[in-house]
Formats: sequence, C-alpha cells, structure tokens
Amino acid sequence: MNQMVTKGVGLLAALTLSVGALAGCGSSSSSGDDKADAGKVFFMNFKPEAADQWKDIADEYTKETGVKVDVQTAASGTYEQTLKSEIAKSQPPTLFQVNGPVGLSSWKSYTADMSKSEVYKQLNNKDLALKSDDGSQVLGVPYAMETYGLIYNKDILGKYMKLSDARVKSVKEIDSFEKLKEVADGIQQHKDELGVKGAFTSAGFDSSSDWRFKTHLANIPLYYELKDENVKAQPETVKGTYMPQFKQIFDLYLKDSTTDPKQLSSKTGDDANSEFALGEAALYQNGTWAWSDLEKAGMDKSNVGMMPIYIGAPGEKKQGLATGSENYWCINKKASKKDQQATEKFLAWMITSEKGKKAMSSDMGLTTPFKSFDKVKSDNPLVEEAVKDSKSGKEQVGWNFTMMPSEQWKNDLGNAMLEYAQGTGDWDKVKSAFVDNWAKEYQANHKA
Amino acid sequence: MVSMVGRSVRRWWGLFTLPTVLAFVVGFVVPFVMGVYLSFCRFTTVTDARFIGLGNYRAALSDGEFWHALVYTVAFTVVTTLVVNVVAFAVAFLLTKAIRGANVFRSVFFMPNLIGGIILGYIWLLLLNGVLAHWGRSITYSGVYGFWGMVMLYCWQQIGYMMIIYIAGLQALPGDVIEAAQVDGANGRQTLFRVTLPLMMPSITVCSFLTVTNGFKMFDQNLALTNGAPSNTSELLALNIYRTFYGRTGFEGVGQAKAVVFFVIVAVIAVLQNRLTTSREVSA
Repeated sequence: MNQMVTKGVGLLAALTLSVGALAGCGSSSSSGDDKADAGKVFFMNFKPEAADQWKDIADEYTKETGVKVDVQTAASGTYEQTLKSEIAKSQPPTLFQVNGPVGLSSWKSYTADMSKSEVYKQLNNKDLALKSDDGSQVLGVPYAMETYGLIYNKDILGKYMKLSDARVKSVKEIDSFEKLKEVADGIQQHKDELGVKGAFTSAGFDSSSDWRFKTHLANIPLYYELKDENVKAQPETVKGTYMPQFKQIFDLYLKDSTTDPKQLSSKTGDDANSEFALGEAALYQNGTWAWSDLEKAGMDKSNVGMMPIYIGAPGEKKQGLATGSENYWCINKKASKKDQQATEKFLAWMITSEKGKKAMSSDMGLTTPFKSFDKVKSDNPLVEEAVKDSKSGKEQVGWNFTMMPSEQWKNDLGNAMLEYAQGTGDWDKVKSAFVDNWAKEYQANHKA
Repeated sequence: MVSMVGRSVRRWWGLFTLPTVLAFVVGFVVPFVMGVYLSFCRFTTVTDARFIGLGNYRAALSDGEFWHALVYTVAFTVVTTLVVNVVAFAVAFLLTKAIRGANVFRSVFFMPNLIGGIILGYIWLLLLNGVLAHWGRSITYSGVYGFWGMVMLYCWQQIGYMMIIYIAGLQALPGDVIEAAQVDGANGRQTLFRVTLPLMMPSITVCSFLTVTNGFKMFDQNLALTNGAPSNTSELLALNIYRTFYGRTGFEGVGQAKAVVFFVIVAVIAVLQNRLTTSREVSA
C-alpha cells in the first residue's frame, strides 16, 4: 500500500516535471498547417519609427492573401545584432535590410539574387540597386529615398526676420554657412524675445541621436572631399580636406544650442525631437523620416521647412538637401524557396497595390524610387520640401556615408566628437578618428 | 524505510533527473562547449563558422579597451565588494538588535533587489542626471562619474540581499558562546570582532563570493546607466565583450575569445576567494 502511494506520487511528480520540459517542443510545429504552401514572410525591419505601420500593413496583407507576414523591428541602433541572432535561428527572416555596400559585404552569403523581382523592375533608376561584384546579380533593392537637412520652424524664423537686426528677410537668403551662422547667432542672442531656448536643438550623443552627427553631419565634408577627388567607390583612405568646415558647423551646433555641451552625452533623439516640436529651438538637423515623430508631438504641417546643411564648402550656394538611401531590401538566400517567393510577392504587392503604396508613402512617409509611385503625392511636408528641392536644379548631396568603412569607424568618430563637445578631448582626436581610422578600418574590413 | 525510498529512487531516478539533465545540457553544456569552439573561429552567425586557430585570442589580448575594461572591472569589484559587505553586515547587525520596526526596515532594505537591473539603471540614470544637472554635467560626462554612479546603484541594489544572508547568519549564532563571552567580561567590540565575526565566516564566504562574481559579471546596470559612454571609458568587461561581439562585423570570434578569457578569470578568482574565506571558518 505504502509502496503504491510512493510510486504514484513519484510518477505524478516525474510527469509534471517532464510535461513542463516537453511542452516547448510541441507548440512550434503546429502553426504552419494549411497555408504552408504559399510560404511565409518574415521581415526584419530596420526603422523603429515605422514599426507600427509595418505591423498594420502586414496584417492587411495576411487578410487579403492569407499569407502570413511577420514583422519584427530592432530597437534603434541594434539592427545588426538583432539580425545576427535572428538569422541564425531555424525560422530566420526571409526579408532583411542592409544599409549599403558596406552593410552588404557582411551579409553577402545571405543575399539572394533579386534581378527578376518586381521591385527591381520597378526601380526608376536601376543603378541604385546593390549588385554583386561582377554585376551579374542584384542583391539589394532600395525602397526608400530619404532626405535630410536642417529642419526649421517657420514661425520662429518668421519672428526672427521681423527683428530690427535680422540678417535675412527670407529663408531663401540663407544660402551659405556665413548666413546660417549669422541667423543662428541672432536667434541665440534674442532667444528670450523669440521664446526659444536656443537656435539648434540639443546635439545629443545618446545612441538614439548620435548618428545625426557621426554619420549624417560627417557625410557633408565627406561628400565634398569625394567630389573634389572625383571618387565614386569606397576609397581606401580619406584626407579630411573639409575638416575645418566640419568643425565650424559642429561648433555652431554646440554654441547656439538649447543645451550645455557638458550634458550632451545623455541627450536623446526624443529630447531633440520634443525641443523642436515644442518650439524651444528653431533648427533641427534631421530628415524626412522625422516627420511622424514631430507630428505625434503636435507639430503643425505648415510650420516646418527644410534647408541644406551649409558647412562653408566652396560652391555651396548650389548645394541642395542630402538625398539617398540606406534602406535596401535583401531576400534571405538561406530561407526556403517557397518563403523567398512569398517574400518577392509581398514586396511586389507593397509597391504596386493601392494599400501598400498608401502605407509606404503616407503612413511611413517614405519617398520611394519606384515607377509605380509616380503619381503618389505625400502628405509629409518634409518630403514635399525634398521633392521641391530636387526639382530646383540644386545639386543634391549624396549619401556617401554608406561608404564609411564600418560601424566602429562611426562610433569612434562619435566618441571623439562628444569628447570634443564636452571639452574632455580636442579636435585633433576627431580629425584622427575621421582620417587615420578610415584607413585602419578599411584594412580591418577588407582582410577578412 | 530508508531502503524503500532507496529502492524507488534506484528504479525511478531517470524520470526525475533526466529532464533536469537535459535542460542543463541544452541550456548550459552545449552553449558552453560551442562557445569555446567558436572562440577559435571566424563567423557571422553561430551556425556557420570557420576554424582559424588562435587569431581571436591574439586580437582580444592586444585590444587596449579590453584591458581598460578589465582594470575598471577589478576596481569596481573591489570597491563594491568592500562597501556592500561592510554596510550589509552593519545593517544586519543593527536590525537583529531589538529595534522598533526592524521588520519594516528589513523589507525596505531588501526591496531594491526585487527590481530588475535594466529598470534600476534607467531610474538611477534619471536620478543622477537630475542631480548632476545642477553642475551642468551628466553621468556619461566621464568614466569616473560612471564608475561612482554604478557603485552607488550596485550597492543600493545588493546591500539588501546580502543583509538578508547576514541576518540569517546572525540569528543562527549560538547564544551560549556570546553569553559566555559577556560573562568573561568582553565588551561589545571584543564580542563583535573576536566572537561574532569568526562565527559568521560561513555567511561572509557566501556573501563575498556573490558580490565578487556579480561585480565581475555586471552587465544590465552598466548598459542602462552609461552604455560605456563616453568613449567606452565606463565599460565593464561584460559590456566590452557584448560590444565586441555585436558591435563589429568580423569581430564575433574576438568577442567570443574575450568571453572565454573572462570565464577563466572569474572562475579563478571565485575559487581563490572561496579558499581564502573558507579557511577562516571556525566552529563554535
């Protein structure tokens, strides 16, 4: 009797334990069932600001076609590491993103040929796509052309231009670094009258914001240098010809700012966004993608404009906004054939169906490089500015930062810039992070 | 009786131990062995790796930031181990005396331990930045700020936990020995240092083991509070390894090699420390 009880209790306990351990194995296999034939899509999204929109449109697609679309978004600045762990799993993303030629080189063994895909065929300019070294395969297709510059608050600039000592009477007159500096200094000087805390939003160096400087701002001097040298592909070394100009624009950001430079290390992208949206600053370096956040923070559409970032380079009167792409779709070669096809179909739907087009252009605020979008008009005021700018005959600044040798290069530059900003390091370190590090990182990445 | 349980155990041990062994193998042994193997490889994702020998270790050991992080971590561990244990013991000592509301205080001191490291990190980030803003600084202004910020955070979090262990130890002290000491005319200090502390060595072994290893392995709080800024000067070893692994393409193997070196260091130190404090344990 006693033995029976012991046995019974023992068996029960053992079962409870093992049920817990085995439960994990069973659940995953049952989900595929009847729709398995059509394959499924798993998109690893790079843009946190469009996370909700992607989820919505994915659900929409599933409702319409029955094909399951998963969207996962990596937190700001963690895309590479998230992708690295996701792609090693047994259900890897079928669709992921690279940020350009440098990003592509680390994911080369995972990118499928997209030359027969609808998205590639629809490209306005087929040169924009990322190709394999021999040019025979299309490995990445850009889906978003984005533009950045100095976003300005029309009200505040308007008020400034009514001041008796205003240096310009219209935004159009700001066409060089000198003018920009005069205006920014003027706003800073009259900040109490204008009701602002500073001319520029805080140049935060939290990881949610530092890319605006270590990548986007650094692109401008890089652009001019590569243009001088007529360099088109990633160079082995750079000279830092425009470092003095880089310094003067960065100094301006720091001096005419809402924030004491010693506190910049912890300022976030949200901080800058809300400073601008609340009218505490007149100028905000960011791009077309920033609109959804600004709108959420209560910014009025008619109140924003965008101008080029003038750094004092020769011939900058003709300089336009910085337009390019660091969003390339890649299809995972190591996903199953079925899933790859499903992914291609999903992408085609995204750029040709009305719903997909609406999601991309108005909900996500993207300007796309596809023919099918020719008639689509955006209600993102920053995109409108970008379109206007591209038709104005000005020279668009390219996104040469996609050639920056590595993430490490950008991080080192960002660190040096922060140290310089808060006074714990000097400009020489920024210079060496820009110039010396380029060669070093280029070598490190190319020895493989 | 014993034989009966023994017989059931002999017959049914598989059912009881196998699930746990399986979990241990899947969750620990396999990743560990794989991790050591990967430290000799070049790889992007852990599933396709190419063996390259000792190159990763060479790169890891010639990385200045790794050594900086190591020194920084050792300093951090020394400071926090001392502060946490001394304060936790003092608090436990006070709270085992008859104080009104001792139980309330125990809960209050223990509470911080119930909050996760990441959340604590962000809360303290707000607090410290709020205070430092008075002097126009922020916690990530320099590595020194970050160091003391983390020490504060970590002590605040760990003291309560160690206190509980010390309280348990203090309550288990044999009353007769202390009474005998008092009868022999020992004053409060003598009783504490000559009787109580030696008898408390088992608790001290446990607590110092926990604080030393936790200090070495600290990650969440570091990530949330400073994330290594500025210029990776406030970076502890665990974060340095994480950043090497995930931050740079082509450096996954180097990160893995660092992790193996890190494991060896922590294991050696933990064993040494355990020997050291255990050797001082006495019995009443």
